[in-house]
Amino acid sequence: MATAETVLKPDFGSKRKHFIFTDEHDQLRESIRAFAQKELAPHAEEWEETTFPDWVFHRMGELGYLGLSYPEEYGGQGGDYYSNIVLAEEIGHANSGGLAMGIAVHTDMATPPILMFGTEEQKQRYLVPSIRGEKISCLGITEPDAGSDVAGIRTHAVRDNGEWVINGSKTYITNGHRADYIVLVTKTDPDAGYDGFTLFLVDMDLPGVVREKKLEKLGMHASDTALLAFNDVRVPDDAVLGEIGKGFYHIMWELQGERLIGAAGCVSGAQRAFDRTMQYALERKAFGREIGHFQVIRHKFAEMATKLEAARQLVYMTAWRFANGEYPVREISMAKLT
Amino acid sequence: MPLPPFTDEHEELRQSIRRFVARELRPYSQQWEDERWFPNEVFHKLAAVGFLGLKYPEEYGGEGGDHLHDAVLIEELPRAGSGGVSAGIGGHIGIATPPIWKFGTEEQKQRFLVPAIQGEKIGALGITEPDAGSDVAAIRTLARRVDGGWVVNGSKTFITNGMRADFVVTAVKTTEEGGHHGISFLLLEKDMEGYSVSKKLEKMGWHASDTAELSFQDVFVPEENLLGEENRGFYLIMANFQWERLAMALGSVGSMQAILERTIEFALEREAFGRPIGKHQAIRHKIAEMAVKLESGRALTYDALRRFMQGEEPLREVTMAKLKTQRDCFEVADEALQIHGGAGYMKEYEIERVARDARLGPIGGGTDEIMKEILGKTYGL
Repeated sequence: MATAETVLKPDFGSKRKHFIFTDEHDQLRESIRAFAQKELAPHAEEWEETTFPDWVFHRMGELGYLGLSYPEEYGGQGGDYYSNIVLAEEIGHANSGGLAMGIAVHTDMATPPILMFGTEEQKQRYLVPSIRGEKISCLGITEPDAGSDVAGIRTHAVRDNGEWVINGSKTYITNGHRADYIVLVTKTDPDAGYDGFTLFLVDMDLPGVVREKKLEKLGMHASDTALLAFNDVRVPDDAVLGEIGKGFYHIMWELQGERLIGAAGCVSGAQRAFDRTMQYALERKAFGREIGHFQVIRHKFAEMATKLEAARQLVYMTAWRFANGEYPVREISMAKLT
Repeated sequence: MPLPPFTDEHEELRQSIRRFVARELRPYSQQWEDERWFPNEVFHKLAAVGFLGLKYPEEYGGEGGDHLHDAVLIEELPRAGSGGVSAGIGGHIGIATPPIWKFGTEEQKQRFLVPAIQGEKIGALGITEPDAGSDVAAIRTLARRVDGGWVVNGSKTFITNGMRADFVVTAVKTTEEGGHHGISFLLLEKDMEGYSVSKKLEKMGWHASDTAELSFQDVFVPEENLLGEENRGFYLIMANFQWERLAMALGSVGSMQAILERTIEFALEREAFGRPIGKHQAIRHKIAEMAVKLESGRALTYDALRRFMQGEEPLREVTMAKLKTQRDCFEVADEALQIHGGAGYMKEYEIERVARDARLGPIGGGTDEIMKEILGKTYGL
């Protein structure tokens, strides 16, 4: 028979860990957090002015954080997809949205298509050094006249003497100034609609690649964001990533992983804002008591906490679907929207 | 693959419940709404297929399952389209019988739980009074100690199944002071002298359920009808609150799912300006937002449910799930009504009913404001 003591036991001792995570993830979480707090956060203010330095990539490569879910044969850690969620959540402790974004573009946007669609030679040449933090990547989708409307892309590549010649421009490119190479979306057959796009791996030091301007932004100040131009850039056949004509589908695949990681980062950012605000509300006094003890403020916290937890659970549930082989476009879009 | 904590076994149960609802409940919901009553036969039919005892042990006539099986039932019932039917069944399986199972003596289980699982006795839970709701410690109904039992005086209101109930699990003061340490639970039976239904209450929604005000005048309740320990009734209330709120969250998730499905169907059929209204961007975005409310509510609720099943006491998670899904369900129903336009306002489309029914969510089982108080306290505020 249940007794008073058993039913009233407070829940604060309950294990908070979600079922998708194991003890290994917890250890990873702690080590990333310690790294972010110790080696990154102290510079956060400064990097808002200067953008964060490239050594962050080298250091994270050294620690294995840039290849958490990549196979060991390419220098990765061989972990599961949830490890990337852990990274996205904990890198937030650097207190720099711009830094988190720069890293996420590298680990979860630009490099996954190389593993998925690249040749062995491409993996050795781009993925391996990216995982080590020796090469920095960026992803070129958006153009001055085409954003979410990926099909409206104008940057094009044409065959010429056994090579491809690329012309066009890309904008809002995170890591665009520091990148060693770009995963570039181009149109290779203007009449083929969705079947007319092709991805290229383009080295940023090739003649004709111009890093035009560093864009100023509302936030994310620590990241570098570029407008890029491609003027008669010549690349060989083996620069094609994946199948010719399949670029649109390749990039749609990429966007799913990216969005979920973005959502996980947001949840963790919101959690830190919540924690900090809670601390403030318990310190700051008005009318003789801490403002957190006024009912209106208390209820605000209850609402914030509920929003936050619902979003977190949506992200985890979607990650579970993703890791179990579903392709949950709908849920990922929801997680990002929330 | 079913989402955790559910497994394939639960999905099979879900399919059979869904068929039952479509066959035995859905076709009659409008009639029962109009009659302001669903027949007691519904309990018999549910009992015949074992649905009233999913989580109870076989020795009492139950199915030997657990709360997860009940969770499936609660999620599927809203497909009947009548909040009142869900409420009547929920009142019986979700709040009236669990305390008997958990705190009752063997004799009480035989007398009340066994026939309740068979659908032969219908139960209700009596806590709220005209002057005491979430503030449980303030109840006034008094049980005075006499030889061989108690004499009870007082009244209870907003009691779901109150008209038809054969027994009411009733909160009473067993000390003059009452309060947290002076409340007990007594099993009141409808044929006891002095027990009466003083009023059938009219409501905004939940029309098919019966909601009553009960009055007790010098009702003698024998010793053996004390449920749990004397003066420890407050803990009995607390014991089932988590499940009751979780059940409400699950009901709203099921309800939002059903509303969304119907609305999408409507939006693809109904045409305006030369195409189905669902193909207009404004409607499409409304539906996207409704779906996000549904799925985030589901994720939050399933997490709380999983923790509950693991034996954690996820006060915070359950409270959040209740708070979020009840308000969201009403908002989703209101958006569905908007998308249905004039049809939504008309009775025959049943959307106005869903919206009316959903409005109880942020009030019943502890208001939104109470949920926020609980959450605030878990943060030490």
